Amino acid sequence: MRVTFTVNGRRQEADDVWEGESLLYLLRERLGLPGSKNACEQGECGSCTVRLDGAPVCACLVAAGQVEGREVVTVEGLADHSRERSEGGRTTGARGTSLDEARTWQAGPTGVGPGSHAADSLTGGGTELSPIQQAFIDAGAVQCGFCTPGLLVTADELLERNASPSDADIREALSGNLCRCTGYETILDAVRLAAARGGTAKAGEGA
Amino acid sequence: MGVVRTPTNLTQGSGTRGGVGESTLRPDGTLKVTGEFAYASDMWHDDMLWGFTLRSPHAHARILSIDTAQALRTPGVHAVMTHDDLRFETRYGLEYQDTPVLADAVVRHHGEPVALVAADHPETARRAAAKIKVDYEPLPLVIDEETATAPDAPLLHPHRDDHHKDHVPHPNIVHRQPIVRGDVEAAKARADVIVTGEYEVGMQDQAFLGPESGLAVPAEDGGVDLYIATQWLHADLRQIAPVLGLPEEKVRMTLSGVGGAFGGREDLSMQVHACLLALHTGKPVKIVYNRFESFFGHVHRHPAKLHYEHGATRDGRITHMKCRIVLDGGAYASSSPAVVGNASSLSVGPYVIDNVEIEALALYTNNPPCGAMRGFGAVQACFAYEAQMDRLAAELDMDPVGFRQINAMSQGAVMPTGQVVDSPAPVAELLRRVKAMPMPPERQWLCAGSGADVRALPGGLSNTTHGEGVVRGVGYAVGIKNVGFSEGFDDYSTARVRLEVINGEPVAVVHTAMAEVGQGGVTVHAQIARTELGVTQVTIHPADTQVGSAGSTSASRQTYVTGGAVKHTCEAVRERVLELGRAKFGSYHPAWATAELLLEGGKVVTDAGEVLTGLVDVLEGECVDVEREWRHRPTQAFDLVTGQGDGHVQYSFAAHRAVVEVDTELGLVKVVELACAQDVGKQLNPLSVVGQIQGATTQGLGLAVMEEIVVSEEAKVRNPSFTDYLIPTILDTPTIPVDVLELADEHAPYGLRGVGEAPTLSSTPAVVAAIRAATGLPLGRVPVRPEHLTGT
Amino acid sequence: MEFLRPADWEEALAAKAEHPSAVPIAGGTDVMVELNFDHRRPDVLVDLNRIAELEEWEVGEDVVRLGASVSYTRVIEELSAELPGLALAARTVGSPQIRNRGSVGGNLGAASPAGDSHPPLLAAGAEVEAESVRGTRLIPVEEFYTGVKRNALAPDELIRAVRIRKADGPQQFSKVGTRNAMVIAVCAFAVALHPGTRTVRTGIGSAAPTPVRAREAERFLDAALEEGGHWDNGKIIPPSVARRFGELVAGAANPIDDVRGSARYRRHALTVMARRTLGWTWEELRGRGDERSERCA
Repeated sequence: MRVTFTVNGRRQEADDVWEGESLLYLLRERLGLPGSKNACEQGECGSCTVRLDGAPVCACLVAAGQVEGREVVTVEGLADHSRERSEGGRTTGARGTSLDEARTWQAGPTGVGPGSHAADSLTGGGTELSPIQQAFIDAGAVQCGFCTPGLLVTADELLERNASPSDADIREALSGNLCRCTGYETILDAVRLAAARGGTAKAGEGA
Repeated sequence: MGVVRTPTNLTQGSGTRGGVGESTLRPDGTLKVTGEFAYASDMWHDDMLWGFTLRSPHAHARILSIDTAQALRTPGVHAVMTHDDLRFETRYGLEYQDTPVLADAVVRHHGEPVALVAADHPETARRAAAKIKVDYEPLPLVIDEETATAPDAPLLHPHRDDHHKDHVPHPNIVHRQPIVRGDVEAAKARADVIVTGEYEVGMQDQAFLGPESGLAVPAEDGGVDLYIATQWLHADLRQIAPVLGLPEEKVRMTLSGVGGAFGGREDLSMQVHACLLALHTGKPVKIVYNRFESFFGHVHRHPAKLHYEHGATRDGRITHMKCRIVLDGGAYASSSPAVVGNASSLSVGPYVIDNVEIEALALYTNNPPCGAMRGFGAVQACFAYEAQMDRLAAELDMDPVGFRQINAMSQGAVMPTGQVVDSPAPVAELLRRVKAMPMPPERQWLCAGSGADVRALPGGLSNTTHGEGVVRGVGYAVGIKNVGFSEGFDDYSTARVRLEVINGEPVAVVHTAMAEVGQGGVTVHAQIARTELGVTQVTIHPADTQVGSAGSTSASRQTYVTGGAVKHTCEAVRERVLELGRAKFGSYHPAWATAELLLEGGKVVTDAGEVLTGLVDVLEGECVDVEREWRHRPTQAFDLVTGQGDGHVQYSFAAHRAVVEVDTELGLVKVVELACAQDVGKQLNPLSVVGQIQGATTQGLGLAVMEEIVVSEEAKVRNPSFTDYLIPTILDTPTIPVDVLELADEHAPYGLRGVGEAPTLSSTPAVVAAIRAATGLPLGRVPVRPEHLTGT
Repeated sequence: MEFLRPADWEEALAAKAEHPSAVPIAGGTDVMVELNFDHRRPDVLVDLNRIAELEEWEVGEDVVRLGASVSYTRVIEELSAELPGLALAARTVGSPQIRNRGSVGGNLGAASPAGDSHPPLLAAGAEVEAESVRGTRLIPVEEFYTGVKRNALAPDELIRAVRIRKADGPQQFSKVGTRNAMVIAVCAFAVALHPGTRTVRTGIGSAAPTPVRAREAERFLDAALEEGGHWDNGKIIPPSVARRFGELVAGAANPIDDVRGSARYRRHALTVMARRTLGWTWEELRGRGDERSERCA
């Protein structure tokens, strides 16, 4: 069958899709978007988390045919999604810190996050990242990285809803994303860091 | 045409700083957070086929016949292969060559590969595999020590040709290592208290998140290019090439992104299968296991039964220890012999005990094969001896930490193997530190009003208690782990380092075959190159078999051994640069001849800090390119009767304090905090060190309270899924404060000590000790289940 | 395999009538696992995602009509006041991602004894609105579960909605799993107080071939509360009564030993959960603070 939908703002069409295929397979094997990861394929790890019409879902549990006409955002589109959100100002227009400012963030003695290495934030060839992506790198929340895409999509959506989550809120929101490497401490650091960089200016919403 | 996604160079921007000792960020970080990092399952080729493995539903059966005709006729199927299609070597193995590439006449465990299918879609391959008719005749099962060593026990490998076959007491014993030292009977007579205990450790899975995957692409020269997630490229190569009937240079392996490993990628999984199908069909073949298959696709941590006896005098000194450790190795040897060596030589723990009788062995059974997992034989022993320490302390009415400190080893101590511990062993200090950390506040789940936040209570979101039945307990544990390959293994690594000027800036390229599995080796290699060569720009070349072996990413060894190789090679590059400099500029400044020269900030400087010239000027158009091997001090095999020998090159130590809250009525556990103190010699990257410690600690927590592959009496795996094999979520994992000690080991590069495994050891017994403290139950088995805590 | 995408409810019913073996898929959280792991290869999948009315709920005088596809997340966010027991259970379903897709209708369709929504439905009182081209019928939820992963739907029927009695008193839900999140029930229990009728209803999950009510326990408690005048005097329930209630709840279960837990443990856990949840609801009824598990401010 043919499936037509929007991925990361772009219209995509796939032909000869087997009816039993998942959205995850469609993204990874037919559309060249392997960022969403295939760790369990049973909704028990969150590594394939994508936004489906805005809601974080496990792409492995969405039948490919079900996304006809719908909008999907994957980790590959997270930076754009985040930028559009801050430019559009619809939900997070009042966020205070620019990407550039976030990049030069330094932990003070009482700062959030793991230390004073933020000056090393440049890690690649100038790829523009969303605040949560940058925070994951800076906080050391990435080891093998297989859980990272799903965690980023989930955490980004959390911060969209709740700009200053408590630790318990973060834990509950991320409880569907397994990580086997980090012990989660640096992931908590990263979400706290992104929240701190994002400021608390989200009037009328959040915690 | 061509491989669309392959591993790339990792280059950090010129703004990146960070030599040895700094928390430099990962060079692959940006790729990993944008989804662009190419993991093995992301490999893609535009005309590739999908491979699928048909596996045995039986744990022990004779294969009477295999009929592939109907599968082969399925449209879209390009190949079906069985044992009969193998034309060259048919077996492989890390230590013993006992594992069939595809089952040959007999299957020896549930899930053993029987046949392969290649098709144009994974579903086509699955449907075709379902049409392969295999006629099995079930055989009697070997499932434990009793059935393995019974007089009429079926021999799982009747024609063993391994190097241990002649000195095992029974052919169903893979390897046995005794250690005897001192006079146990005399010491026992001096003991005021004697404590004996039976302990059991369940089968833990590595549960790395990126399932076994890879892409094999047939090459025009008749060889094959394999993109693969593994822990040791060259060990794979050594096993793959003979099966394909190819010289090693025609099997070109490149490391893809690896989604975690923890020991589970040390053995081959789908590597040979993908290559066989690719060569057979002439097309690229991709194999990706799903989670169900992954549980059958790799070895697990050995389940163990342990018997321990300790004696002590009234003043708290341990007189003697006797132990017997029986590890279930499953159907094939994997790394069981080395696991036995570790279990045996580390069974005493980080304590000075002069009189010991130790026996460790691994069985061949029809259970799932077991082999390497983080902690490698030391985990099981640590759970048992730490339980013993608590019981001894209780018998003597002593503080459990104080009792351990009395018996703690320190530098200069003699191991049961006779080996003298010749670098710092701050066991008592680690215990002191972990005990001194501030305690987490009580009842953190109480809300301001009268409510309770279930997220901080046992049972979590499941809303099982609002405080009822909840009791806090505190427990301590400390462990000892060897670093690097032991028992006389030639443990070396290779690095190639190139230094050249690109766009007016000196750039170092570091090329090794080290498997980056998430641990951050690529970060550390760049840091070492910066420190040794005084450059900022470092490129990490993808790991492949075009450079010499790096050994495995296991045994907490890569920073030590491949880090050591990178350092050593950088030193050789530096010498060459200085030679070039002396030739060009020596006559302009006497310091070129007389002073100690360093490379710093892109310049040649004297040890007094005087700048002689820029690296750019020394190199000009020249490229310095050096490949070197580096090895740590040799070790010795253990004597097969007495167990004596300097078997290990380095030891590492970590201590934990666990604070738990147990719902004593429902038997549910919330770990509130798991504090760790560890000596790491020297932190090359503090952020990575803490990440390793917290990750290892969490895997230990998993073993303590939830993780177990449950094997039925028919030797079948009952829970091969993430629905029923549970690993900790972020709501199960506590805060993990870490206190890092840096006491240099003068024998190791920069004084470092391997980090990644020791915290996995002590985490488990600390959590269980805390649960015992909360419940008063003896708890001799992990994982601790609600049934154990409620007597149901 | 065929993939049908009916645009509205009538088309869906027609499709199901034409293909009685068709498997409906909404949130996909059960069906896709079976497809991904080759446990099931239906001839036809009927996608219910495009049917807007399945995503709607309405609150009536006594009953909430919950569209079959309303996600657990929305139950938590939008219906906690009307369906507190179900909302508590919804919060324990899988992960946030699963809760964004999974629904009570899906849970009923799958009819797994471990489904988290069954016990609160049993405790609150509910009817399943089953519809086919032949018409609509209401199936009391107690009669809906007919066996392990079997329900009372006819082959041509689809679940349109669930009609759940609005809470008229405190409700609680508790489940045991061996992990603090994202865990399938080893066993689960729900209780609902109905002060209007002076009755207590219960639901047990994952401890029998189907979800069941503990009717003897309900009768015992109803009688004990009546006898002690508790509905009028609001006195604390004597520990002996709560204990006996717990034992009778466990007695109503018929659990098995499996990889998730032993039968003995399941019975034991039910006694504890029944006693505790009864205590929480009764305390709430007495107005002694909100004992429901809320996040700290």
